[in-house]
Amino acid sequence: MLRVCWKGAHAAARQCVCGKVKAHSLQHCRKYTTAGDSGSTAGKIVAASLLTVGGGLGGTILYAKWDPKFRANVEKSVPYSDQLFEMALGPPPPPLVPLQKKPGKIEPLQISSLSEASKESKQPKAKAKKSDPAPVEAPPAVEEAPAPQTLEGEECKDHHEPVLKERPAEEVTARLAQQDKAEQDALAALTAGLEESLGSTAKTTLQAIGAQEAALTAIAAHTNKLKDAMDSQTPPDEKSAQWKALNEALSERTRAMEEAEEALLKAKGELEKLREVINGAKQSKIDTARPQILAAEENLHSMIVDLDKVVTKVQTAQTEAKIVSQYSELVNEAKAQFQQELANITPEIQANWKGLSGKLSADDLNSLIAHAHRRIDQLNRELAEQRVREQLHIEVALEQQKLEDQKALERAVVSALEHSREDMRLEQEKKVQEVREVMEAEMRTQLRRQAAAHTDHLRDVLKVQEQELREEAQEILNSRVMEQETHYRRLTQEQLDTFTLDMNAAYARLKGIEEAIDSHVIAEEEARKAHQLWLSVEALNYTLKSAGADSPTEPLEGAVGVIKESCAENEFAQALATAIPEESLSRGIYSEASLRARFYDIRRLARRVALIDETRNSLYQYFLSYLQSILLFESEQVPPPAKLAPEDLDTFKLLAYATYSIERGDLELAAKFVNQLRGESHRVAQDWLKEARLTLETKQVISLLSAYANAVGLGTTQAP
Amino acid sequence: MSEKELGQKWDRCLADSAIKLGTGLGLGIVFSVVFFKRRTWPIAFGTGLGLGMAYSNCQNDLRSHYVLHSKVAKVCVLIIDIIYYHVLSWSDVT
Repeated sequence: MLRVCWKGAHAAARQCVCGKVKAHSLQHCRKYTTAGDSGSTAGKIVAASLLTVGGGLGGTILYAKWDPKFRANVEKSVPYSDQLFEMALGPPPPPLVPLQKKPGKIEPLQISSLSEASKESKQPKAKAKKSDPAPVEAPPAVEEAPAPQTLEGEECKDHHEPVLKERPAEEVTARLAQQDKAEQDALAALTAGLEESLGSTAKTTLQAIGAQEAALTAIAAHTNKLKDAMDSQTPPDEKSAQWKALNEALSERTRAMEEAEEALLKAKGELEKLREVINGAKQSKIDTARPQILAAEENLHSMIVDLDKVVTKVQTAQTEAKIVSQYSELVNEAKAQFQQELANITPEIQANWKGLSGKLSADDLNSLIAHAHRRIDQLNRELAEQRVREQLHIEVALEQQKLEDQKALERAVVSALEHSREDMRLEQEKKVQEVREVMEAEMRTQLRRQAAAHTDHLRDVLKVQEQELREEAQEILNSRVMEQETHYRRLTQEQLDTFTLDMNAAYARLKGIEEAIDSHVIAEEEARKAHQLWLSVEALNYTLKSAGADSPTEPLEGAVGVIKESCAENEFAQALATAIPEESLSRGIYSEASLRARFYDIRRLARRVALIDETRNSLYQYFLSYLQSILLFESEQVPPPAKLAPEDLDTFKLLAYATYSIERGDLELAAKFVNQLRGESHRVAQDWLKEARLTLETKQVISLLSAYANAVGLGTTQAP
Repeated sequence: MSEKELGQKWDRCLADSAIKLGTGLGLGIVFSVVFFKRRTWPIAFGTGLGLGMAYSNCQNDLRSHYVLHSKVAKVCVLIIDIIYYHVLSWSDVT
């Protein structure tokens, strides 16, 4: 884009004519070009990129709104995107992770909630929801381990209620004991009632059964008697007796039947009562009473069965009796008919043909026989008819029988069904009971297991907690101990340090004192030596003074020897002492004053032979130089410059400088200037120079020595 | 005493010149008297001779320090030549 602008600018510049306003035109053109066609493409590009970016952002936000996982991913990967999302979409949705606190809370809260439930169950004004299931649940639940399922519902309910406090164990056990007792009482009451009713029912049933049996026996007796009465060929008097007996038996039977009926009714009533009681007991739903209930039911059932059996027996007996009676009736009918016929045939023969045994005449007999034959024929015909109608009769009889059978069957079936149903129900109940027991046992075991597991888990958790707490405590203890230890160590260290410091300080001071003393000693020694040195140097100086006007000093040998002796271990002094030139030692040196005086001679002489050197050394030159020295006027003393220029190396100038210097007491400088002389002047000044050198050297050494001695002395002297 | 040397030299010189002059003069006189019929030239000659000798002696004496003697002179001259050569070449370079 920039290049485009630039090209445009260039093109515009080329197009523009004037050179002066090129800059302006360039600017204008640049403006134009940026606003012109390159601007349009740039604008297009900018717009397209903006659109893409905006589209991408919008798409991302929309998709994040729709899919929270995507949103989470983007928030994780792109920083600050969570702020953008929050701005655009609001806070992220809550995570779908199941609350982990709840199951953790459920465990410890179960007992409390159970106790809460039990407590609430105990409250008479408990909630309607809880009142029924609670007393139902509480006693079995309290007895056995709490069922988590049922309680979870309550847990969920309790979750919305404020946090349950766990009741003290004594209260719980008291309540449990109370509940137990109540249950036991109820159970006892129930069982008592059951037993009572069972007893009474059993009694009545037995009675009924007895009665029924009696009735049965009565019926049987009656029937037998009837049969006997019918079949037997007893004599008439016995027959009457028989008939009497039969009547008695009949009355007996009826009585027995009535009794049986009564007893049956009573028994049935008792059974109903028992059933009621059992139902009531069932309603109370105390599980431990169940077997008793079941037993009671069984008893009831067995009683009912027995009763029914007996009743059926009685009924069969009755039917038998009926048949027999029918048969007897038939027989009686036949007999009556026969008798009638007989009477018809033999009208004279009256009533009781039993009593006809001896009274029958031949006619009668014949008539009888004829009648008998006729009867026999009749009977044969009847028989033939019967045989003919046999089928029908048989069919009818069969039908009847069938009907009766059917009825009996139905009845029997019904009763059997009932019995079987009852049986099955009982069995079912028994099985249910068994299964229930088994289940209860299993549940108990499971609950026990769960309780065990719970206790195990609790134990583990407690162990872990204990471990953690112990570790924590240990850590804390350790940290405290370490703190204390470090503190103690620090203190001891501090103490040690201070002690060490003190000791060190004391030791240092002692050392210092010792050193001070030693140095004192040394210093004293040094001072003594320095003093000695100084004294010897002073002596040397004094010997220097012994120089006469023109004579040298005394030989400095002695003094230097003294110096050497006095400071034998002082290397510097030794060196200096040895540095003193031999001449001065042996011969002594000239004083400065003498040298000064001599200098003037030298000066004069040097002036005179100023021109003489190697090349010019003829007598004529001598004369010339002499002339020069006379004629040349210059100041005797000229202060020398700081730096010597080559033109300053003129003899006269040098001598002037030297004179100036020597007048100022600067022998050294004068000697330096004199040294610069050349030629004969130099030769002339040679000796003086040597002497000057010697003096200077010696003086230097001596000054060094004295300075050194002074320094040493100063060093050794201690400031007050 | 180097400064006395010159004086001594001059003393000698003067003495010598006096002697020489005197001797020359004398000899000149003698010779002029004796040999050359009292002409003045032998006196002058003799004086001149004496003076010249004295002068030369004096000069030599005064010069004696600067005059180098044979072997030493040759070596010294050689050394000095070498040194000059080096110095000159070095100065040329610079």
